[in-house]
Amino acid sequence: MDLVKSYRQELQLIRKPWTRVWVAFLLLMLLALPLVTPEYVAHTAALIFIYMIGVLGQNLLIGYTGQISFGQAGFLAIGAFTFGHLSRMGVPWPLGLLCAGIVSGIFGVLVGFPSLRLKGPYLAIVTLGFGIAVYQVFVNYEWLSGGRMGLIVPRLTPPFGLSETLFNYYFNFLFAILFTLLTYNIISSYMGRAFIAIRDNDIAAEAMGVSLTRYKLISFAVSSFYMGIMGGLYGLFLGYLEPNMFTFAESITIFVAVIIGGLAAVEGSIMGAAFVILVPQVFSSYKEMVPAIFGVTIILILIFEPMGLYGRWFKMRLYFRNWPYR
Amino acid sequence: MTNFLQYAVGGFATGSIYALVALGLALIYRSTRILNFAHGDITTAGAFVAFALLGIGLPFALAFGAALLSGALIAILFYFCVLVPAQRREATQLSQIILTLGLGLILQSLVAYFGGKEPQPFPFPLSDIEIYDVGGVVISQLSLGILGAALLASLLFYLLVQKTRLGLAMRATSENLPAAQTMGIPTRRILAFSWGMAALLGVIAGLFLAPLLLLDPFFMLEPFLKGFAAAILGGLNSLPGAIVGGLILGVAEALAGGYISIAFKNTLAFLIIIAVLLVRPEGLLGKEFVERV
Repeated sequence: MDLVKSYRQELQLIRKPWTRVWVAFLLLMLLALPLVTPEYVAHTAALIFIYMIGVLGQNLLIGYTGQISFGQAGFLAIGAFTFGHLSRMGVPWPLGLLCAGIVSGIFGVLVGFPSLRLKGPYLAIVTLGFGIAVYQVFVNYEWLSGGRMGLIVPRLTPPFGLSETLFNYYFNFLFAILFTLLTYNIISSYMGRAFIAIRDNDIAAEAMGVSLTRYKLISFAVSSFYMGIMGGLYGLFLGYLEPNMFTFAESITIFVAVIIGGLAAVEGSIMGAAFVILVPQVFSSYKEMVPAIFGVTIILILIFEPMGLYGRWFKMRLYFRNWPYR
Repeated sequence: MTNFLQYAVGGFATGSIYALVALGLALIYRSTRILNFAHGDITTAGAFVAFALLGIGLPFALAFGAALLSGALIAILFYFCVLVPAQRREATQLSQIILTLGLGLILQSLVAYFGGKEPQPFPFPLSDIEIYDVGGVVISQLSLGILGAALLASLLFYLLVQKTRLGLAMRATSENLPAAQTMGIPTRRILAFSWGMAALLGVIAGLFLAPLLLLDPFFMLEPFLKGFAAAILGGLNSLPGAIVGGLILGVAEALAGGYISIAFKNTLAFLIIIAVLLVRPEGLLGKEFVERV
């Protein structure tokens, strides 16, 4: 909506001084939030931060590169169990988290290979098959999944005498900020532009010198890396893992978050993650109806507001900025 | 040898269910280019309607008829109330697929809310325990019924598509939409009919599957995915391909389950999907222009 006058300005994270103030204010609010609210709010917020990372990654793949994927739960499970096993072996958590992301990313490249030949609906089926195959492998092989009792992941001891909830909140907040910044940087780098070019017109992109093979695979690898990190953080947050957390429904939840938040919008991913976590919390007494709420929202959004929640917010901002002109 | 025949017969029975599911998916894909992710949930909804009507003491024929009609009605309503407005707003093919996913989520939770989440046994006129012995190969009454019903349904469907005016209109619509419109075919009504037909075939499969498994809101998820695999194996835009793919998948699965391991049985379908899509994306009998980039 703004007129960008130079390349330097285009690369800037925040362009207007007032936006800087707003963002700083928001960050301060988020920092103070767990100190003034009851414990469950901080708990829910930490969960939103964890989901944000995965949704951001999937938005890079689905929203920016235009490659549809239903296999999120598979990558999530791979990341989570990699982290779980490594931390049980005594690997320090930063290394374990990195490994979780990398292993997940390697599987992302493997699943990405079909994407070189397949498009749209066909790719959706391959990734869906991958997600369910991973789930079945974890269900059938107990040495991988830790058996009937699940895999106990040793938790971190909070430093500086923080309470567990407070520590979880700030820990995941840090990761969420880190990955949000990373995503902004990716989309304004050559890599992100290549993703967008592939989405908009792959033949033209190839003709302009964007290597389709390379950037499609990178897109899968990066998004799966995000999923792997999310899996590791999820395991650390919950303290145990079992295969039933990673069913097809989990893939759908993350996919729904991407669509509802808004395709190709970083802010949209944050809103989408908050939506899929908050709706089940708010409607906790009507648990059966949660998928129906997701379904109705998807249908309404796709028909009336294809840009998602972010698009609505964007239009509202535009309206108030230009008021009274239209 | 008897073992082999035994597995093959069992495979044919499950395969014919996959074939019915695949037929519905292929019918919708080839006429509207939409992968119907709600197919399994429409089927589940139909089976639950039959279950509820049997619960209040209606005879089987009536309850099953109502189930088929309700399944078809859901699909037709979805077409007119959601897909048509979406197409008016120029929704992309991908977002239409996501719309079916939305319908699936809604149906899933409605079924869970009204039907309950606990698995329930489904009463059925044919028994699973009564068996016939044909030259050493054992086949249950229910499997025989499934084979018969699937054969009858696909035969009637074949006659409908190939020998009637309505079928001709369906084929014309799926082949070239603008041309069909200029020839005076009411394409919107024809497409709605295709959606209804597809749901109906799915519900038949669901009704015969429910007594084999237990009835719960997710009992169709796996058969639905297998149906997908079967449709891809045969070629997504080929109706005979869907039947062939379903039967092959059923038999292959039974043989893998019998000779390799039961745990491997379920993963096989997804390995088949991935392998077929990598080697021959248009499937065994499908013909489609594949764009290479």
